[in-house]
Amino acid sequence: MLNALTDHLEEVAALILFGIGFSNLLLNRNMIKKIIGFSMMDSAIYLFLASYGYIRGRLAPILPAETPAPSVTQYVNPLPAGLVLTGIVVSVSSTAIMLALTVRLYRRYHTLNIDEIAMRAKEADEA
Amino acid sequence: MKMNDDRIRWLADGSESLDSEMLREYGQPEAEEAPDAFEMPHPRERRYYHLLHTWTHRRGERLMNRMYSVAVVLICVAICALLIATTADMPRFGDAAPLEDDNLSEFYVEEGYRHTGAANIVTGIILDFRGFDTLGESHVLFIALCTVLMLLYLPKKSDPKTMREWLESEADDRRFEPHADLILQQGAVLLVPLVLVFGVYILLNGHLSPGGGFSGGTVLGAGLILYLLAYGFRKTERFFNFRTYRRLTTSALLFYALSKGYIFFTGANGISNGVGTGRFGAILSGGLLLPLSVAVGLVVACTMYVLYTLFRKGDL
Repeated sequence: MLNALTDHLEEVAALILFGIGFSNLLLNRNMIKKIIGFSMMDSAIYLFLASYGYIRGRLAPILPAETPAPSVTQYVNPLPAGLVLTGIVVSVSSTAIMLALTVRLYRRYHTLNIDEIAMRAKEADEA
Repeated sequence: MKMNDDRIRWLADGSESLDSEMLREYGQPEAEEAPDAFEMPHPRERRYYHLLHTWTHRRGERLMNRMYSVAVVLICVAICALLIATTADMPRFGDAAPLEDDNLSEFYVEEGYRHTGAANIVTGIILDFRGFDTLGESHVLFIALCTVLMLLYLPKKSDPKTMREWLESEADDRRFEPHADLILQQGAVLLVPLVLVFGVYILLNGHLSPGGGFSGGTVLGAGLILYLLAYGFRKTERFFNFRTYRRLTTSALLFYALSKGYIFFTGANGISNGVGTGRFGAILSGGLLLPLSVAVGLVVACTMYVLYTLFRKGDL
């Protein structure tokens, strides 16, 4: 555990951020704050992937000039960057849909508290 | 027809009349329901019932909430501890060990530019090797926008169902967004051209330097949103309306799908596709990567802008 803290400080920071986002998602009653927690979990995953791909002392994977055989020992891992790019687009899309649903709920019930929304929806169902 | 007259009056008088109308509508106290008459035969039973009822409402609810919070914090801490303990098995941060066992990354770095012609290996990966993945991503954006459109689009018809929502969103728009703000407009005069040119630069240099379709498209979208904030919908409607969005996005996605399908089809069958990789480092190198990233950038820019307008007033 202590070894994890000294050797993997970046990964540990990302995972703690993930935990904060998750508890934010579960504890808050406000829908907007829940969505913020969800986005924090997304960002934590990107931080984790980016720190996994980083290699100390190496260059970004952009070739400066045409070389006959670029060596893999010069550049950082390019694959996590591509995966993070995909993830960011998907998280933007899901955040947009969640916020749109929240706007609809607010227009209907005039509150952002999820308990109140559930209560009123139940009342509307029973009536 | 009364609703229509109301709308015209509200729009003509500005938001104040609408405010007073809404205040009158929502400010009225709701009719209270009569509590259920609950007949208890014995006074002792009634007292116990009363005690239980008050306890549930005062203490019990609070107790349940507190227990829920404690349980949530415990679960989150446990998950965090488990994940952190797992990192002990991972290679050290900044270590080259993961790359050494990774034949795929090695192939991308050593052979990537020979196959794609792109100096930026990441762009080569996402637009060439994983091209269909990026096509799916663009479609995810497109589908998300369609969903938001279904949820938030408020047509300005005299349909009494959407009338109130439209009026409310219009009132919000008038209340919270800047109108002909002089500082913002002067800033936008300087900033918008710079932002747009920088976005185009990122878009066109994605295969040579850091950048590409997604980042360039986001910067372009931000420039459009700044212009909209400074000058309002009247000015942006002249060059960007819903029809523009539909045409741009569908043609960009169609172009992407067709060209990617063509490249993969010819590549799989060993036919020469007639698109060379170009000279290394030139703007036209990388074969189809440049048009593909422009297509992705157009989709992203339009989507960002339309998302903003939909959230702001439910229309373009």
